[in-house]
Amino acid sequence: MNNALLVVLIASGVAYGTPLLYGALGELLAERSGVLNLGVEGMMLVGAVMAFWTVQKVTGSSALALVLGVLVAAFSGAVMAAIHAFLVVTLRASQIVSGLALTIFAGAVGLSSYLGSDLNLADKPAAHTFHAIFPASMQGWPIVGPIVFGQNPLVYASWVCVIAVGYYLARTRPGLSVRAVGESPGAADAMGIDVVKYRYVHTIVGGAFAGVAGSTFTLALTPQWVNGITGGAGWIAIALVIFAFWRAELCLVGAYFFGALQALAPELQARNISLGPTELWTNSTPYVATVVVLVLVSWRGAARRLGAPASLGVPYVREEG
Amino acid sequence: MASAPAAIELRGITKRFPGVVANDRVDFAAAAGEVHALLGENGAGKSTLSHIMSGLYRPDEGEIRLHGKPVSFNSPRDAIDAGIFMVHQHFRLVERFTVAENLILGDRRGAGRRFRLRPGAVTDQVRRLGERYRLPVDPRARVWQLSVGERQRVEILKALYEEAQVLILDEPTAVLTPDEAATLFETVREIAADGRTVVFISHKMHEVKAVSDRVTVLRAGRVVATAETAEATPQSLARLMVGRELQTVQRRRAGAADAEPVLVVEGLSAPSHRARTTLKDVDLTVRAGEIVAVAGVAGNGQRELAEAIAGLRPRSSGSVQVAGRPLRNGDPRSAYRAGLGYVPEDRLGTGVAPNLPLSMNIELKSYRDGSLGPFLRLGRMRERAERAIETYAIKARGPEAEADTLSGGNIQKVVLAREFAGNLKALIAASPTRGLDVSAVETVHRHLCDAADRGVAVLLISEDLDEILALADRILVMYEGRLTPVENRDDVGEIAELMAGGDPATAAPA
Repeated sequence: MNNALLVVLIASGVAYGTPLLYGALGELLAERSGVLNLGVEGMMLVGAVMAFWTVQKVTGSSALALVLGVLVAAFSGAVMAAIHAFLVVTLRASQIVSGLALTIFAGAVGLSSYLGSDLNLADKPAAHTFHAIFPASMQGWPIVGPIVFGQNPLVYASWVCVIAVGYYLARTRPGLSVRAVGESPGAADAMGIDVVKYRYVHTIVGGAFAGVAGSTFTLALTPQWVNGITGGAGWIAIALVIFAFWRAELCLVGAYFFGALQALAPELQARNISLGPTELWTNSTPYVATVVVLVLVSWRGAARRLGAPASLGVPYVREEG
Repeated sequence: MASAPAAIELRGITKRFPGVVANDRVDFAAAAGEVHALLGENGAGKSTLSHIMSGLYRPDEGEIRLHGKPVSFNSPRDAIDAGIFMVHQHFRLVERFTVAENLILGDRRGAGRRFRLRPGAVTDQVRRLGERYRLPVDPRARVWQLSVGERQRVEILKALYEEAQVLILDEPTAVLTPDEAATLFETVREIAADGRTVVFISHKMHEVKAVSDRVTVLRAGRVVATAETAEATPQSLARLMVGRELQTVQRRRAGAADAEPVLVVEGLSAPSHRARTTLKDVDLTVRAGEIVAVAGVAGNGQRELAEAIAGLRPRSSGSVQVAGRPLRNGDPRSAYRAGLGYVPEDRLGTGVAPNLPLSMNIELKSYRDGSLGPFLRLGRMRERAERAIETYAIKARGPEAEADTLSGGNIQKVVLAREFAGNLKALIAASPTRGLDVSAVETVHRHLCDAADRGVAVLLISEDLDEILALADRILVMYEGRLTPVENRDDVGEIAELMAGGDPATAAPA
């Protein structure tokens, strides 16, 4: 039963979808505060390389190394996001230009690549990796075994994050304030909410999430450092936020759907099922969908109707007159 | 009133901006339980003064006292915490939030203070406040679903929820219908009757007369007078405000009835703007030299009418002719070519290109005439702009000033300068004086009358009945997308009846 195609697809969808989920949650936090962060891909790559480097360096228990690896990845993402926040919130630079610049700067021919070769990380297996933590017997349970109990701790942590982010945005006072800042910074400012502080904090925390997303590649999914290892996952994460109508729980659904698509081609191949050039369409679907959704939302008004924060991408200047 | 220290007092407030002194040693005091009007033309310094009271600006000199104690504000929040709340002209509401969520936002003492959000906790309080002050609004409604009048109620509720002792209303009636304004005045009286202070900012004399106990008049940044409202007349206030006698434009012409029909609209229907009214089978004729006014409560299809005639909104059926030339459907250029001018209601958004310099805004329609192929003749544009600045007395830095750096009245003059240039045969003026101060209103009215005297057919669409009565030769009323002619141009009762959707023929006693 656990070999049924659907079960396998969902189980690997969860695994492959996890970096997308972390990335999307981070982007969601930033966008809800009104900051579009197109630097996710770059932050993921830097997080990936720094996490990998950390676990190679740390001697001691595997758990310690892995936790440190994730923390270092989060920190690296946060530092990059802080640059973005400074440029777009304080200097009011174009959010699109700044985000793209960060991705190019940190991307497969930039910082992450340089770090990878300078720290001599390529072509080595990770010294420590995340594994499934539940006993094999539980992983063997029908259906829930592989899907729920066969995952690594980063997956479980992401579930906690989904609930936390969702609850925070929808049910708490600071969450209400973030949404106000993203919707109508003028109204928020008039009520004494520090727009700049909120935008900084959420952009930076969002960057940390992107860093963690990167670490899931090098510490769990494909535990090695390869240049450009994220393969555009950062872009998919940004599109996911739109697919998910800026809601955390829908980010999870979307992330796992795209994750499952990635797993579909190899799985079908393994089963000798041919659906034409399967790999072509399964692997391209997330990107095509991303392009389509980005085109759709750039239509005037469309984004607004889908639930985009009204002031997304708009720098805030206190009205002086 | 004089014995106790004032609820709010400003002493010697001076605020300078680069190049201007917005407030010059202003003294102002309002007592608890008082409605104190702040009257002045646009640019007289009312807004600056209110921004100083509400913590948005810091004064360069002078001090603010609350109940005799000097205070100093670093932010609007400080002012709110001290009990001063300002309702801005452009509401500070989060449209996607519910009314309750808007109240909770930034709440530091009420039921919404907790980490966990419980909008339900404030709904009862909102209802109670709403009943007491005649501010009915559903706490669970989302702000974007509310009308402008309701949104204003939410802002006032916010102030009451924050337990404001001093409420500053910045031109609160600018966005309201006459009925809504009347209700607002009751609310304002109610709030003052509690012992709170209301500072009512306005440039309309009759409002000030209707609502306030005392009035302070500002002109060019200085206080020119403070008076008991009961002792002031609209004329005396206008004189103080403008610093000279005003000539209100009164115009009546007869005999246009046999002039040439210029603007002829037949069977015009058009789809609506968002959820507003569709235009249904409208017939309309405006003759040369005539001013025909369309009255009605906002949102009954006036905007659709103006846009459908001007070619900005495709019509679903019907025809429009200007001086015998049929206009192509949805083609503003053909309207312009036929000699139709259009003063849109959305002055800044549709009337001008806000970021373009004045010279380009003036040439927006005529740049093709005599341009050198694809190249603009910048020198000529500059000259024309300079001439327009002089002719229309536009207050601007010069032809290079961006349109959005101008005041509303001056933007309107730019629009008029552009529309009046060239071979104007018919003109649509949609709410041409909304939000303008008395001097600017006077100027716009004079230009409209001059145009009519030159033989232009003027279609005036307005919600301001005074304006319509002063200018129009004939009046039609728009209600739910249909136009009904008013039989007797001076019968205000008939007009009001039609505006409310009634049929005066059947309503009149037999």
